[in-house]
Amino acid sequence: MTDFLLELLSEEIPARMQGKARADLEKLFADQLAAAGLKAQSLQTWSTPRRLALIARGLPETTEAVSEELKGPPADAPDAAVDGFLRKAGLTRDALETRDVKGRATLFAVINKPGRATADVLADAIPAIIRAFPWPKSMRWGHASQTTESLRWVRPLQGIIALLGGYVVPCEVDGLVAGNTTVGHRFHHKGAVTISGVEDYASTLRAAHVIVDHDERASIIRDGAAQAASDAGFVLVEDEGLVVENAGLTEWPVPLLGRYDPAFLEVPPEVIQLTTRINQKYFVVRDAAGALAPAFVCTANIAAHDGGQAIVAGNEKVLAARLSDARFFWELDQKKTLEQHSEKLKAIIFHEKLGTVADKVERVAKLARWLCEEGIVKGDPALAEQAARLCKADLVTEMVGEFPELQGLMGGYYAAKEGLHPQVAAAIRDHYKPVGQGDDVPTAPVTVAVSLADKLDSLACFFSISELPTGSKDPFALRRSAIAVSNLIFSNHLRCSVHSMIAAAVAPAMKIPAVSILAQEFEASASQFAGRPIAMTFDQNVAVTLVGFFIDRLKVQQREAGVRHDLIDAVFALGGEDDLVRLLARVHALQAFVETGEGGNLLAGYKRAANILKKEDWGSANAPTGAPETGGGIAQTGEEDPLSMVEDPAVAQAVAEMAQPGSGLPYDPEPAELALIEALDKAEPLAALAIHGEDFEGAMAALAVLRAPIDAFFDDVTVNDADPAKRAARLGLLARFRAAVHRVADFSKIEG
Amino acid sequence: MTEHSLSFQDMILTLHSFWSRHGCLILQPYDMPMGAGTFHTATTLRALGPDPWNAAFVQPCRRPTDGRYGENPNRLQHYYQYQVILKPSPGDIQQLYLDSLTAIGVDPLLHDIRFVEDDWESPTLGAWGLGWEVWCDGMEVTQFTYFQQMGGFDCKPVAGELTYGLERLAMYIQGKDSVYDLDFNGNGVTYGDVFLENEKQMSAWNFEVANTESLFDAFRKAVAECENCLDNKLPIPAYEQAIQASHVFNLLQARGVISVAERQAYMGRVRDLAKGSCQAWMEKNGWAA
Repeated sequence: MTDFLLELLSEEIPARMQGKARADLEKLFADQLAAAGLKAQSLQTWSTPRRLALIARGLPETTEAVSEELKGPPADAPDAAVDGFLRKAGLTRDALETRDVKGRATLFAVINKPGRATADVLADAIPAIIRAFPWPKSMRWGHASQTTESLRWVRPLQGIIALLGGYVVPCEVDGLVAGNTTVGHRFHHKGAVTISGVEDYASTLRAAHVIVDHDERASIIRDGAAQAASDAGFVLVEDEGLVVENAGLTEWPVPLLGRYDPAFLEVPPEVIQLTTRINQKYFVVRDAAGALAPAFVCTANIAAHDGGQAIVAGNEKVLAARLSDARFFWELDQKKTLEQHSEKLKAIIFHEKLGTVADKVERVAKLARWLCEEGIVKGDPALAEQAARLCKADLVTEMVGEFPELQGLMGGYYAAKEGLHPQVAAAIRDHYKPVGQGDDVPTAPVTVAVSLADKLDSLACFFSISELPTGSKDPFALRRSAIAVSNLIFSNHLRCSVHSMIAAAVAPAMKIPAVSILAQEFEASASQFAGRPIAMTFDQNVAVTLVGFFIDRLKVQQREAGVRHDLIDAVFALGGEDDLVRLLARVHALQAFVETGEGGNLLAGYKRAANILKKEDWGSANAPTGAPETGGGIAQTGEEDPLSMVEDPAVAQAVAEMAQPGSGLPYDPEPAELALIEALDKAEPLAALAIHGEDFEGAMAALAVLRAPIDAFFDDVTVNDADPAKRAARLGLLARFRAAVHRVADFSKIEG
Repeated sequence: MTEHSLSFQDMILTLHSFWSRHGCLILQPYDMPMGAGTFHTATTLRALGPDPWNAAFVQPCRRPTDGRYGENPNRLQHYYQYQVILKPSPGDIQQLYLDSLTAIGVDPLLHDIRFVEDDWESPTLGAWGLGWEVWCDGMEVTQFTYFQQMGGFDCKPVAGELTYGLERLAMYIQGKDSVYDLDFNGNGVTYGDVFLENEKQMSAWNFEVANTESLFDAFRKAVAECENCLDNKLPIPAYEQAIQASHVFNLLQARGVISVAERQAYMGRVRDLAKGSCQAWMEKNGWAA
């Protein structure tokens, strides 16, 4: 057994790429070993800004010898075929064996591959790894770049150490020859550093002021920054992302504390934190009370002769300039009200076909007011409209121009400074939320109204111009918007019809010139197909597409919560259900039910009934009298079921009683038949009542009672009786059973 | 490092002498207004083709929208870049650069020099490269780029470009908080004495006075003239018209008369001119793409 060290020395590798580069190096190396039949006992990778390193321990000295057998053509095959085989096997004719295969002399090649020295394997593997390295962006450089075929690397590759058991593995890539030397710290160490092997690599580099283990550098930064803060009486605001980034920017990290003028603290803390973190990669600190304190921690890459005084002074100056800029923006922005700022939105294009941001704001304001007026959101309509009118104004402020990620937040600050109603300021601040999975979902009513209106408007507008997400492309984040709408509805228990909400958002979109042109084209092409069964207007078409999109997103979102998509379909297919809160409650109840034995059996009974009806092509024209399905209509989905449309439970019960079957039968029913009729008589009104009261568990329980009678019916009763009256009555009964089940969900959509 | 630090002009002279020693031609600024030293033909056109090229020069840069009427200590509508172009990029280019910093008085064991990822892209030149912004104690002092493409063509070979922000470096070396306080000559003249009035007047012109009709007209004429030059297979004059169009576009931006929607179209127009000039340059020289 032996061990192996690989170091790839490079000009500075971007910090953000180093983590994946380590993983890629390990994988590529392991793959190369595996292809040669080798495996190391352990692999370890390290990175610094200037190097990627890999240590493999417990490597065999050679690969296993293998013997491979190839079957060739028959011995009497034409020469061309035999020659081809010889080329493939790499042998000469006399080295072939002839064996009997099913009575025919057939040529065989036996190729014995002796074990290969691991050093030879590595000599091939190293250049292959370097050439195949999957950097997110790579480049050419130097003399070799005369051709675009030259080696590509993330930044110029400067050296290779390849030591197997202390000996250099002879290999080269694009003129770069592997050896046993590297360099130390860029400023603390002059000249080459010679490495003798795996064991002294890290310690030799440490002597040359390079800590090669990224985790060690990270802990030096983590602990050192916390220590520097506490030495000054502050508490470090922990930021693991910054720890990793600074570890990727240094070979010899030295955290240093600097200060800034407390007068800058009048600028919102988020602004200070952002400019400090993003632009300068500094940590921020808090005082004992938890407020942002006028100090920061930067991470130098040298142990300076003066203990870092000059470095701190320089960094303080840079940060002061940044904060001056931020304060300048903060003050300048406040010289105008948000309303005045929002004037500029008239000049900003929201989308080339959808007009300006000012146009969008106008639609959102009306929609937000409507949501409150309709009582869907319990907020003050006037405040919702006001907040919506101002919610995008900060996009044209200097601060958001400089830090786009502060959109919303700055508007909230400026609104508060202006003395606007706190609900308005909060709505402006939070109306982009929820932005992604796990983001807070607003609950303040005015905020909910603006957030909902903003997203519904975007969805309606982009759907109106057919800018739908496709595959991995969703440039306008419409999927995220749809999920955000669902989350707003669920978190706030908003009771409303998705159809009507979408219709309210689509209507104003129709007034956009580009959309009305599309609508005219749509109507014109629709008139060419006059006489088709379903004629939808353009806006109806948009709304229907959008509702479908919502339901699809709901399925994806709910899948993560363990909700079955087919059950959502089963409830949605009823047609009348587009109150998302109620829909999801029904789906939850349905899922609990179908996953019980009873539910499963009822489903099986349903499928059997539905199959028979389908096979018999059972329309309801031939339904027997008495059953609720006999309205002459086609009660295939339950949507048209007269009972399900009845809102008043008393009426529902009366209708059910009127429909008392049994007496209407022109023959004596069999016991199982009668039992099913009686069970339906009981179950139907109970289920209807429960649904009316949104007690979906109760509705399922009422239907569960049908399981034994339907099973017995199938066991004991012949549906296809020779007597046409019996046959019709029994098919009618099955149809009635199907309709009863459809009252909770379209079971035909349920899988399994 | 304030007492014996270099004056602004000595810093330039030191860089000239440093890069001259390292084999660079010392060129003078291009005599047209431009937004960055990269526009100089010594960079853009010389980055194309197979011939070696090593040059260093100061280029005044005009960025009309960055003007602050002389009231902001860091922002100027006219400032200087020091450009070095080394083609093909030498293997020790990073060390050469660090040595040049030492030459102008930056001690790398006293100050924290860092190479921080910064990919460079110029949409108006159809160019991109990979490299870093070089930080000195947290301040960006140089843009360091390995050109990969110019005018839409692969650079064969790749050139290394160093762009020093001279005022920033000088403020740093001299320990000054305002650009206008910089010691220009080591003998009593400040940067403000030379340029403050210029900043005030030029900011007023850029933002308030410049006749936008004339500017739109100038843009159209530059475009037409560029096409005329291209038709006559004269890539250098064509490229000058692209520089001109680009600067006029920047002035129009400062005047606030180009809407967000039109902006892309204008930039696309300038890019087409620059790319067309580069293509004509390649053809004139008989270089294959």
